[in-house]
Amino acid sequence: MTNPLKYDICDVAIIGAGPAGLAAATTLKKQGIEHVLVLDRESVAGGVPRHCGHPPFGIIEYARVMTGPTYAKRLVATAQRAGVDIALKTSVTRLGSDGVLTIATPEGTGELKAKRVLLATGVRETQRSTRLVSGDRILGISTTGALQSMVYLKNLIPFRNPVVVGTEIVSFSALLTCKKAGIKPVAMIEEQSSPTIAWPLHNATRLFGVPLFLNTQITNIIGKDRVEIVQVLDGKGNTHEIACDGVLFTGQFTPESTLARMSHLDLDYATGSPVIDQFGRCSDPAYYAAGNLLQPVNIAFNCWLEGRRTAWWIAQDLKGRDLS
Amino acid sequence: MTIKDYTNFDSNIDKPGDDSLIANADIAIIGGGVVGCAVARRMALEGACVVLIEKAADILDGASKGNSAILHTGFDAPVGSLEQKCVSRGYEEYLKIHKSFNLPILKTGALVTAWSEEEENKFEGILKKGHDNDIKNLRLLSKAEVLTIEPNLAQSVRAAIAVPGEYVIDPWSSPLAYLQQAIENGGQALFNAEVMDGEFDGKSWLLNTKRGQVCARYVVNCAGLYGDIVDQNVLGGAQFTIKPRKGQFVVFDKAASQLLNSIILPVPTERTKGIVLFPTIFGNIVVGPTAEEQESRSDASVDKEILISLTQQAIQKLPALANIQITATYAGIRPATEEKHYRVIQDSHRNWITLGGIRSTGLTGALGLAQHVHHLLSKQGGDFEAIENPSIQTVPNLAEHLPRDYKTPGYGEIVCHCEMVTQREIFAAMEGPVPAGNLGGLKRRTRATMGRCQGFYCTARLAELTKGKFTNPLGFGDVDD
Repeated sequence: MTNPLKYDICDVAIIGAGPAGLAAATTLKKQGIEHVLVLDRESVAGGVPRHCGHPPFGIIEYARVMTGPTYAKRLVATAQRAGVDIALKTSVTRLGSDGVLTIATPEGTGELKAKRVLLATGVRETQRSTRLVSGDRILGISTTGALQSMVYLKNLIPFRNPVVVGTEIVSFSALLTCKKAGIKPVAMIEEQSSPTIAWPLHNATRLFGVPLFLNTQITNIIGKDRVEIVQVLDGKGNTHEIACDGVLFTGQFTPESTLARMSHLDLDYATGSPVIDQFGRCSDPAYYAAGNLLQPVNIAFNCWLEGRRTAWWIAQDLKGRDLS
Repeated sequence: MTIKDYTNFDSNIDKPGDDSLIANADIAIIGGGVVGCAVARRMALEGACVVLIEKAADILDGASKGNSAILHTGFDAPVGSLEQKCVSRGYEEYLKIHKSFNLPILKTGALVTAWSEEEENKFEGILKKGHDNDIKNLRLLSKAEVLTIEPNLAQSVRAAIAVPGEYVIDPWSSPLAYLQQAIENGGQALFNAEVMDGEFDGKSWLLNTKRGQVCARYVVNCAGLYGDIVDQNVLGGAQFTIKPRKGQFVVFDKAASQLLNSIILPVPTERTKGIVLFPTIFGNIVVGPTAEEQESRSDASVDKEILISLTQQAIQKLPALANIQITATYAGIRPATEEKHYRVIQDSHRNWITLGGIRSTGLTGALGLAQHVHHLLSKQGGDFEAIENPSIQTVPNLAEHLPRDYKTPGYGEIVCHCEMVTQREIFAAMEGPVPAGNLGGLKRRTRATMGRCQGFYCTARLAELTKGKFTNPLGFGDVDD
């Protein structure tokens, strides 16, 4: 593993070792950029696909159908073969002007000066508090990401019979995870009159044995230490109680744009993403952004593709081409 | 599935049982809220052998869990009241001792803001009260002066009274530090030990708890939301009734921290101090609390409509908050009673003191109340010899403006990225004189999961690190079960 504190010359520092960041890093190396360093706060590189233990990943990138973890490993291996340096357990705590990053690692804190920085920090799901859902604040309330990292990375489950909220692509992924972990959701609810993604979720009942309730919103979470009852409101204005032991909030992705938000970069407050130009460049031209940070939420392939595209522009920029 | 109870932290007790004597002390303190912890510390320092008895698995499980974390000067307390005295003394003592415990303070100052003529008309009374309470540095600010100090406040602000002495503090580490010091100096704490009843034989008390019996010469009831019930069950009657009052809060993301310097207090009404907009020592901005009377002493649920209304009120006063995400919501329950004032009742014949009805000012007032308890006990012949060089154990700093643990190498890994909580901090919180007894306790000691993602990233790792430690685990079973 690369020690970022001793990385003296850095052409491009990439924050986030997910599909966008790793694809960008690989492309930059292939474009002849010498010192490319990917920083990730986790102890393993690969990003979100690491805990999506199901297909389909990699169809176009690697011409085969893979599960998320296999895909993540492949992305990392490809980047490393191309000569990309990866620094793990490395948290960027501040974006300074002109590409000066403040970083924290278990070995110490310090600054890293990069000629260009690519922000590829991805997304997170909107959790219960931000959704302002009424009720008790108790155990058994999760998001897909938390569930999946628990199941796939730690072999634990937060509940056995949750209510699943939302019908996005990730909700389908959540159902797959539940199935694999032996979790039997008691209901899937959706505020709208049809699922956010029609296929395959209109078939959720048949595929997973989970009843889908449309026009239904969660109004209350009840329980002493752990979730016991979820109250929902149907389209006719009737309240129903569902006995369960958890609530799984899926989707409503929001950019993980905290670093940009706390920095000098301009932010689009409507989307929460940094403002970029057609090259993916931020308001400080030393910074670029790519991947789900810009467009919550897209599948891994699109992030990968955008990482490659933005990396190409960064390479042009470093080679002295005028991007104005 | 059966979940094993792993929560026996008191290694010095071999066989906890219903009728075994599990503690023998000079003073039993019922309730591990901020008041109980402060009383335990004070009396331990005064040389008493103390035992703190808590019904939950950790301290701060009731009213002390959710407050606004302000160190009050007491400028608006009822003049000449016990509350005013305790707040003023508590304030003084806190400022004297906080450094030795590594407890952070942030001198924000407060602005009592007026948004209508009617509110402005109450300023004279507030200034007079402050003056009568010996807070000499209150200052009337014009609209322009307010906006110079707080340029992001809405233009509709009319004027303010500056209260420069108000601070924000860490509301959870402070009581933890108090109890740790009590234990370091000979005290003891019992958890999962709800007091059921007790008997006084003319000299000492024998309390029956769910863990076993506790013998003590004196008892101080600091049971907060359950203060009247404890008096009822043990003494056979209570002189007050708890009227639980819920307060909901909305926490804005740390990106908001640059928007506000001061605590923005409203002009208080007869019933409540009103809805406050305040920075926290952790770097967030919080709006709250509401004041909702309710029957339940434990229902700290939040309500969507109220959270929306709180958010709107915050945006009205600080418009830039419209662009800031909400990180968390929570509710606290204040142990109000039929009357506004502190209900401190001493039964000298039965060696019993009840500290009831300690509401909003409890965090500040606790140290003052503890001094008051010492005073009451010494009047009653409770003569102890103060410890000469009491030992002090510091608490880890969680304040954003001071160096956090991750800045010192060797922390292992960052477990919670939003709040930058290290593995070293998690392990430390599970050890020591008062280890975390449940997830809530671990959160309050470390801030893990309290950030913007509320556990999206770290829940899995936390579940792994705490496996087998809590009665109510974060995750259960293995997938393959």
